Amino acid sequence: MSRIDVRKTYKLFIGGAFPRSESGYSYQVHDTKGAFVANAALASRKDARDAVVAARKAFGGWSGKTAYNRAQILYRIAELMEDRRPQLVQALRQSEGLTAARAERALDDAIDRLVWYAGWADKLTQVIGNANPVAGPYFNLSTPEPTGVVAVLAPQESSLLGLVSAIAPVIVTGNTVVVISSFERPLPAVTFAEILATSDVPGGVVNILTGSAATIAPWLASHMDVNAIDLVGIAGDTELATSLEVAAADNLKRVRRAPAAEPDWSADPGLDAMTAFVETKTVWHPMGV
Amino acid sequence: MSTSPSAAPAQGQAWDFSDVTRSNDSLRRFLHGLPGVDQVGADSRAASLGTRSIKTTAKAYALDLAIRMVDLTTLEGQDTHGKVRALAAKAMRPDPADPTCPAAAAVCVYPDMVGVAKEVLGDSGVHVAAVATAFPSGRAALDIKLADTRDAVEAGADEIDMVIDRGAFLSGHYLQVFEEIVAVKEACVRPDGHSAHLKVIFETGELQTYDNVRRVSWLAMMAGGHFIKTSTGKVQPAATLPVTMIMLEAVRDFREATGQMVGVKPAGGIRTAKDAIKYLVVVNEVAGPDWLDPDWFRFGASTLLNELLMQRTKMTTGRYSGPDYFTVD
Repeated sequence: MSRIDVRKTYKLFIGGAFPRSESGYSYQVHDTKGAFVANAALASRKDARDAVVAARKAFGGWSGKTAYNRAQILYRIAELMEDRRPQLVQALRQSEGLTAARAERALDDAIDRLVWYAGWADKLTQVIGNANPVAGPYFNLSTPEPTGVVAVLAPQESSLLGLVSAIAPVIVTGNTVVVISSFERPLPAVTFAEILATSDVPGGVVNILTGSAATIAPWLASHMDVNAIDLVGIAGDTELATSLEVAAADNLKRVRRAPAAEPDWSADPGLDAMTAFVETKTVWHPMGV
Repeated sequence: MSTSPSAAPAQGQAWDFSDVTRSNDSLRRFLHGLPGVDQVGADSRAASLGTRSIKTTAKAYALDLAIRMVDLTTLEGQDTHGKVRALAAKAMRPDPADPTCPAAAAVCVYPDMVGVAKEVLGDSGVHVAAVATAFPSGRAALDIKLADTRDAVEAGADEIDMVIDRGAFLSGHYLQVFEEIVAVKEACVRPDGHSAHLKVIFETGELQTYDNVRRVSWLAMMAGGHFIKTSTGKVQPAATLPVTMIMLEAVRDFREATGQMVGVKPAGGIRTAKDAIKYLVVVNEVAGPDWLDPDWFRFGASTLLNELLMQRTKMTTGRYSGPDYFTVD
């Protein structure tokens, strides 16, 4: 007897829980050959609003953790990705049409990227912070502080390595994030959300919305309680990127601009993705007594 | 859902409660003669009213109305003069960035802060409400409660929020509760003959059943309370939609029977603009549009005001607002 297909409908990841979209809509996800794979929730602006509330709520606790602790938590995500290797490999093969070997390699890259960023948690301050020389009996220290709630438009092509390369640098410094995943290739993001839910990442630190960036991103760009937006995921869509930059100007959001084409994610990412979403805090401190 | 009490006289006829309040027994007979509340029915009706969709112009109207109904409250041991002054300023101009934003109804403080609040509010039209009678527990001798009330009235309070003696109510000493409310109401009279409005707090979270909520509502209304209020905000659960609905049914029936209108004030636990709008829907559907006025319906709240302001800003600017743009308290 043949089994009945289990046609899965995935949900969003907001505040550590998996709610359905407020809109009630979902959309079909196909593999690269056009075959049906699963349904994904189609996030609406209200889901984005809820995600921002969750991210804001989580910000105090996450940014207050020690850098060492945040590093441990990011390492833990990498460990869990190892555990879910077959599932992620399959998701990569379906969404990106990779061979088994190439999907394994892409997953290795994603895990390595996460470990690489985890290592930066307690090192970035030493590199971009400073003890400034001043002409007086003071210490003058500049240190990077997280910007706050960051909206990230995940890359459309690279559905796992690109996703990890977009999320990890934002959260490692203590920001919380609302991510809009790749529209055509949301399933690795959904699996990543399931990994986060079972890891030590506090609920609300990473919120993942599946759906259309063109529909949701304007609400995030104009949202007065979002402190920064990463537009790298809509590389090439100049018109949308420009309109989002304009909308982001109202509350002086930090904007990481969209490049002309999707970057090569396997290249050394450098520090830019981390330094884009930190603020330099400088304190004067009396010296000696 | 009509709940006219069996003992109600024909409509229009003057209602004389002296028979009912003659003794504890007669009062008990009357209160226990009120029809019981179907708990499951009340819960489901409140839940179904909560599903109404209020959008666009109706939502804008509801938000402004809700802001006008807010009793901006601070009842902490750590209250300072500075905090009360800041709160009073906020009640007058909730959104300094938008002159079209209406003022709140009142500022609700402890009696010793009434003078401070009054100084800031002056004749702005925003009232000062004071919690009295050994708030929040109500566990003090009657003369202390009355002195507490007189102090607040003398300091210039426009409204007194009293707590009932829940212990006496639960042990069936209804007449004692009744007489206490009457005595506090007398203490609300100023030397010039005008009287501070009296709100009677039930602390419904401690009353156990919906039947008790209906009974205590009638008890307070018969004793002359101008407002009936759900909770102190110090006990969980505080205000809930079904409890408020039952109190609204009571004031509706009381007006049918006596022609007198009594206000309702849910307090505590109402945090989102959406919740506030649900309450307004219930007010309109249960008591009627006459109660959709700050004179007859209030929200006892502190964080709610910012949520309402954020929603209001969202409606006027078309983009989501954030807590950074409003004062913390």
